[in-house]
Amino acid sequence: MKMETTSTTPDLKEKILHLFEKNKETILKDNSPGMIEQRTKAIQSFKTAGFPTIKTEKWRETDLSKMLATDYSFYFEPTFRPGIDLSGIFQCNIPHLDTNMVPQLNGWFVSDNGPVKTTPEGVIVGSYHAVKKYFPDLFNQYAGKIADITKSSMVALNTAFATDGTFIYVPDNVHVQLPMHMVNIIKHDRSIFIQNRNLVVLGRNARLQLVQCDDSVDQQQSFTNSVTEIFIGQNAFLDHYKLQNKNNSSTFINTSFFSLERDARLNTNGITLNGGLIRNETYVTLNGENSEANIMGAYLMDRTQHVDNHVFVDHKYPNCISNELFKGILDDSASAVFNGHILVRRDAQKTNAYQNNKNILLTDKAIVYTKPFLEIYADDVKCSHGATIGQLDQNAMFYLKSRGIGEKNARLLLMYAFAAEIINHITIEPLKIRIDDMVKKRLRGELSICDKCVLHCSAMDNPIQFDIDLSKI
Amino acid sequence: MLSIKNLHVSINGKEIIRGLDLEVQAGEVHAIMGPNGTGKSTLASVIAGRDDVFDVTQGEVIFKGKNLLDMAVEDRAREGIFLGFQYPVEIPGVSIINFMRTAINEIRNYKGLEPISAAEFMKIMEEAKSLVGIQSKLTNRSVNEGFSGGEKKKNEIFQMAMLKPELAILDETDSGLDIDALKVVANGVNSLKRPENATIVITHYQRLLDFIIPDFVHVLYDGRIVKSGGKELAIELETRGYDWIKTEIL
Repeated sequence: MKMETTSTTPDLKEKILHLFEKNKETILKDNSPGMIEQRTKAIQSFKTAGFPTIKTEKWRETDLSKMLATDYSFYFEPTFRPGIDLSGIFQCNIPHLDTNMVPQLNGWFVSDNGPVKTTPEGVIVGSYHAVKKYFPDLFNQYAGKIADITKSSMVALNTAFATDGTFIYVPDNVHVQLPMHMVNIIKHDRSIFIQNRNLVVLGRNARLQLVQCDDSVDQQQSFTNSVTEIFIGQNAFLDHYKLQNKNNSSTFINTSFFSLERDARLNTNGITLNGGLIRNETYVTLNGENSEANIMGAYLMDRTQHVDNHVFVDHKYPNCISNELFKGILDDSASAVFNGHILVRRDAQKTNAYQNNKNILLTDKAIVYTKPFLEIYADDVKCSHGATIGQLDQNAMFYLKSRGIGEKNARLLLMYAFAAEIINHITIEPLKIRIDDMVKKRLRGELSICDKCVLHCSAMDNPIQFDIDLSKI
Repeated sequence: MLSIKNLHVSINGKEIIRGLDLEVQAGEVHAIMGPNGTGKSTLASVIAGRDDVFDVTQGEVIFKGKNLLDMAVEDRAREGIFLGFQYPVEIPGVSIINFMRTAINEIRNYKGLEPISAAEFMKIMEEAKSLVGIQSKLTNRSVNEGFSGGEKKKNEIFQMAMLKPELAILDETDSGLDIDALKVVANGVNSLKRPENATIVITHYQRLLDFIIPDFVHVLYDGRIVKSGGKELAIELETRGYDWIKTEIL
């Protein structure tokens, strides 16, 4: 196990550049010449740009400076030995949800029987790092092809550094039956800086349900800069979920790039329940006629938590649909950003593009910055955007109370109803029930980070007393 | 049961109810009639406890010996007050079942009772549904969302049947109803009538009173009850309009 620890203050950027030089051999091991060139460019790009600051337009409301002023540990090889017993950490706990679990620990792919698995149908699931070596042609055909390093210096930094993560390949015409469940756990005794990279490829007519969970198992501070590239082939369908339930000391920059070919369909649904600072950047390119992307998100933040959703949809071809809906409830001094940008290019006639961001602020101190934005160059399109920021509907509150329901439960019912619009789009029923339950707990202030989408750490929650039963009977 | 004395209510400094008195005893049905804008709905809302738009500047409202005006909205409901809304609120995402179950359990909790069992809940729900002729399962329906005017009013009576209030105030429950829906609603109200319960029916037209027979009819005009009588008063109002009352009181 090789470890590099360094003080990241006062200048994390310089330290990172130094670490790259020093660990170049490890970082670039098994890389193709093209990949080496790309990653060298990426580190140069990061060198020029540095970390985003609030002077950067797209980062004006999300200030990383405090999070970057920490003494993080960096690792260039796995932080655990092969064969370590991880069963205590990774334990599926969604009742009735049968999944194909794909775990990551501290950004490293974890497996007890080899780094890459191939099913008889040709589905490949494995370590991003190992796939470079085992399937170089397949890997090099896709890796780094849509993660545009000019979009953000965080993407450049990840491109330069990221060594491991998860690789998933679904060949043409294969419908994967069980949902794949990528679980990313951080467990370490130091504040750790993680840069993982995932690559998901769906061939023509392929189908996959993918659940990405990012959780903490303790209160340890961490910084994750994660990039995921997802290719959805012609007439393929990806049903994608992100569940983020991290501790209050964690910073999570999560950038996803999706590319959709002709007739392809994407549902992506991100539920953010807890986290210190979370930034989701989602780039969707509609790269073929008649493709469709439904991009949804719900965030429930309190205390001083901050969540930032940036969504960029690029309509390149005619007859495509994109539909964005993000809903947030902010309590205490929590803050949220929604920045949606839809680009409809000149050739993208008959585009349907919708964008909506709705927020409920529960206190005077909670803040939301919302910026829906359409950029349209085609003339025959249907596009709309909207944003609302409000309090709970007072007429509805009175109606509920007039039936005997007290303030607390009336608020819960309305907040839950607000979030349910997003939850109801979850098509994996056991996952929906689980997330539904987590959202209720979150709204009651009873959700712990030990209460993950799939996992329970050894210290279970105290038994919970429900004073309201929202369950179906 | 309900005793209102010298009630004065303002909205934004403008006095809407100007010294209203009303006595309602258990077992009685009272109809409050009057032209538009005379304070009928304001009275209903004030009894139910809406306080964000209204200011009660004077007077008292006593319900079963307790001062209602000091009570939170939800506590008034738990004590047995029910308001049938003129415009029932749509609440997307809140299922009718969760809504009713939460309400019943909060009322039961207030009275020191155990939460209702699922079986008992289903039983009273089926009874309430059949009372107003609701066919659908309701399970996946949000409160009033996408309901027609008639469905919304039926849903109010359904809720009344579920919650079994001691004093129901029905605010313009007849407005927007066709004759069939009106009969259903009236039949629901009549079936729920008990010697220990009372109902206040607020209406603009006499039509509803063909089906819900009131013991007393009051005419509310300019924030005061200016005339009271038996059910024959309603018929007289229907034939003669309100103008003769205006002349009478001037």
